[in-house]
Amino acid sequence: MSSTPATASSHAPGAQEELSAVLREAGEGGASVRFRGGGTKFHWGAAAAEPDVELSTLALDRIVEHNEGDLTAVVEAGVRFASMQEAFASAGQMLALDPPLGEDSSATIGGVVATADSGPLRHRYGSVRDLVVGMTVALSDGTVSKSGGKVIKNVAGYDLAKLFAGAYGTLGAILQVAVRLHPLPPRTATAVGVSDDPAALAAAANELTHARLELQSLDLGWQDGQGTVMARLGGATVADPAAEVAGLLSRHGLETSVDEDDQALWDGARAAQRSREGIVVRVSGVQDQTAALLERARELDAGLVTRAAFGLSWITVADGDAVESLRRTLAPSPCVVLDAPAAKREALDVWGPQDPGALALMKRVRERFDPAGACASGLLSGVG
Amino acid sequence: MSVSEELLSELQAICGTEHVPTHRHQLRTYESDGLLQYAQIPGAVVLPGTGEEVRRVVAACHRSATPFVARGSGSGLSGGAMPVKDGVVISLSRLRRILEVDLANQRVVVEPGVTNIAVSEAVGPGHFYPPDPSSQIVCSIGGNVAENSGGAHCFKYGFTTNYVTGLEVVLPDGQMVQLGGKGVDVPGYDLVGAFVGSEGTLGVATKVTLRVVPSPEAIRTLVAFFDSTSEAGEVVSELVSEGIVAGALEMMDNLAIRAAEGATNAGYPQDAGAALVIELDGSEHECEARFDQVVEMCEHGGAWKVRVAADEEERALIWRTRKAAFAAMGRVAPNYYVQDSVIPRTRMASVLGKIEELGEEYGLKVANVFHAGDGNLHPLVCYDASVEGEPERAEELAGLIVKACVDEGGSITGEHGVGVDKKQYMPSMFGEDDLATFQRLRCAFDPEGLANPGKVMPTPRLCGEVPGPYRRHPLEEAGVAERM
Repeated sequence: MSSTPATASSHAPGAQEELSAVLREAGEGGASVRFRGGGTKFHWGAAAAEPDVELSTLALDRIVEHNEGDLTAVVEAGVRFASMQEAFASAGQMLALDPPLGEDSSATIGGVVATADSGPLRHRYGSVRDLVVGMTVALSDGTVSKSGGKVIKNVAGYDLAKLFAGAYGTLGAILQVAVRLHPLPPRTATAVGVSDDPAALAAAANELTHARLELQSLDLGWQDGQGTVMARLGGATVADPAAEVAGLLSRHGLETSVDEDDQALWDGARAAQRSREGIVVRVSGVQDQTAALLERARELDAGLVTRAAFGLSWITVADGDAVESLRRTLAPSPCVVLDAPAAKREALDVWGPQDPGALALMKRVRERFDPAGACASGLLSGVG
Repeated sequence: MSVSEELLSELQAICGTEHVPTHRHQLRTYESDGLLQYAQIPGAVVLPGTGEEVRRVVAACHRSATPFVARGSGSGLSGGAMPVKDGVVISLSRLRRILEVDLANQRVVVEPGVTNIAVSEAVGPGHFYPPDPSSQIVCSIGGNVAENSGGAHCFKYGFTTNYVTGLEVVLPDGQMVQLGGKGVDVPGYDLVGAFVGSEGTLGVATKVTLRVVPSPEAIRTLVAFFDSTSEAGEVVSELVSEGIVAGALEMMDNLAIRAAEGATNAGYPQDAGAALVIELDGSEHECEARFDQVVEMCEHGGAWKVRVAADEEERALIWRTRKAAFAAMGRVAPNYYVQDSVIPRTRMASVLGKIEELGEEYGLKVANVFHAGDGNLHPLVCYDASVEGEPERAEELAGLIVKACVDEGGSITGEHGVGVDKKQYMPSMFGEDDLATFQRLRCAFDPEGLANPGKVMPTPRLCGEVPGPYRRHPLEEAGVAERM
């Protein structure tokens, strides 16, 4: 690999075959490759050496199919997430996935899938892994292959889309995905409860996670000494159930309100998953850690947003010591660093400790898919 | 049909002689799963009692290069648990403990032999485990994990894969690994996602962590009768375009109605062309508001009669009649061949028309019972095995139906799995490069090809050495040396 030029060569192929050809050439020539969509999460993963070749997916920008009656779509990796959602919305539909989309909302579907990023809609609809029903990928030896299909129910063959979702490009390039869509709810309303008491906030959120309500989203946030529980209803009737939820929140001593023009609230929750100056740590915890997590956020003066029913949190801290202290107090819940300023990233253990058996198996998977080790090398510590 | 004496005594030493049946009639019990067309008496059967015993059994198989097949309740419908000649069947029916009910975190940890229904029972009535295959009273969670099982409610709630967060897995080399846990989005590859639905070819799950969810506050169910499946199909389309996500949407055609009615005497009109079961569930408010709308849609859509379940008993009857349809086929024909194809829902009318045409051409009756929301058809090709040539004709017809579905952009299987039954159809969905890429995953988990060989893939294939700079030294493989 030492014979390759120090400056990365960039390509933005306009066709899937072209991208796979460039990838094969790089793989065969021993060059290292990174894939790039909108570039909004390009710095995520472990600090890695500059690649020899950068492959942009931005020219793979076709919505190949939108099958309205079947609630499915097939899109190329470089399609801008926001424009795709607009297209679906014009038919009263959505891809029920709402991660933060970065600067100028330039995130692509490929980048969102490769990092398995998600947003508040996860509460009701799941994550990338639950909504992608088929995938076409290119491997570093030039193989182009598909798995899954474009129907929402299908168990034929291995579910390779799950493997590539969240793999950060280390197995190969995502060229195209088939996704399941959902109807946009005709109306939404959000019940909000505010308090500065972590215990009351956690108790209220936990009660809602067990309530027999079909919430669209349920978040618990903490910022500047104050916490907020937000529960979003979606459907034909939202005012009455939202008032019921507000009633439940107030019984926990929270100051409550109901907001029917609620998009800005949820944009705020999504924005809290990202940070330019701070270090964002994603905690794969469980619900009953919520109170402890809020306490930690208060002590560290950190911003926090939690998908309460999943115990999945994004906490923004100032330095590496805080990351390690989170890992100690929340063990064995994995704490993964997402955003971090470049200067700090070098010194961080981005992925944290992992089960050695699982890690060894992941390595074996990578060796089979990318034996040359060409793709996104170094981003997944211990794997490739 | 045997394994070496040495391996047999090793299995006996691990699990106790009483858990290693050896009489031929005992071994015969394991010769097939729910799909009786495929049978093979195994070389040996072993019933380990703990995950650790499973690990030791698999390690013993690995040492002697003996193939093995993990088996749950044996209710699968693709021959996925059919034994391998001279191989070992590892029955997990003794691993039936619910290890932990962690309601606070909405997780349940179970051994693989626990039945599907037992999970919902353990967390009810406030919570439930959504995937509900028709066989849920007997089928095991381990089998559900292997097949990524669905059920009538999966259009709204999803499949097994959407509810498994963690697995303890014995890899085919006898190594035990922990994948995932109670949390979601754990670092690294989603190996839990890759394992679920792998049909026993990547290893044996010995512990499963499942997510359970709050039970819906309200459930409303109706059955509506129409002249034809295409009329009923129109109503389904309208429902979908109105943005109504029903908990379940099930359809039966005339032949299926007649068979099911014979079994349950539910009072279904024998001359109806289609019965459409619609179930809405969710919050009281939403359910009420939407249900009236649905009743109206059925009436406008040409329903002769809309029967709304007034109470739990009437709801149970509707479901009993729907779930009886398979077993009741005996009233229509002595044998049937069930398929599990999926089509994009909007192609339903044309595919059902094609199936009818093919049935006439072959002179065989085809009943249709299907999950109308997600386009998962279960065509039941009826035949009489005592008539010479009819089983072959039925199989040929079933194959043409599968192809018709794939041609419309569908899948060969929605929930039953590929197993041995549908592997011949895999090339109709996947090209050589696709299949070779599947094999890469297989080789990462099971380079020697010992776990449930001969299933899923249409032709046997071997794993080569890993090429390139990452080739591992045998000492590394053995865990004796580490490169970094």
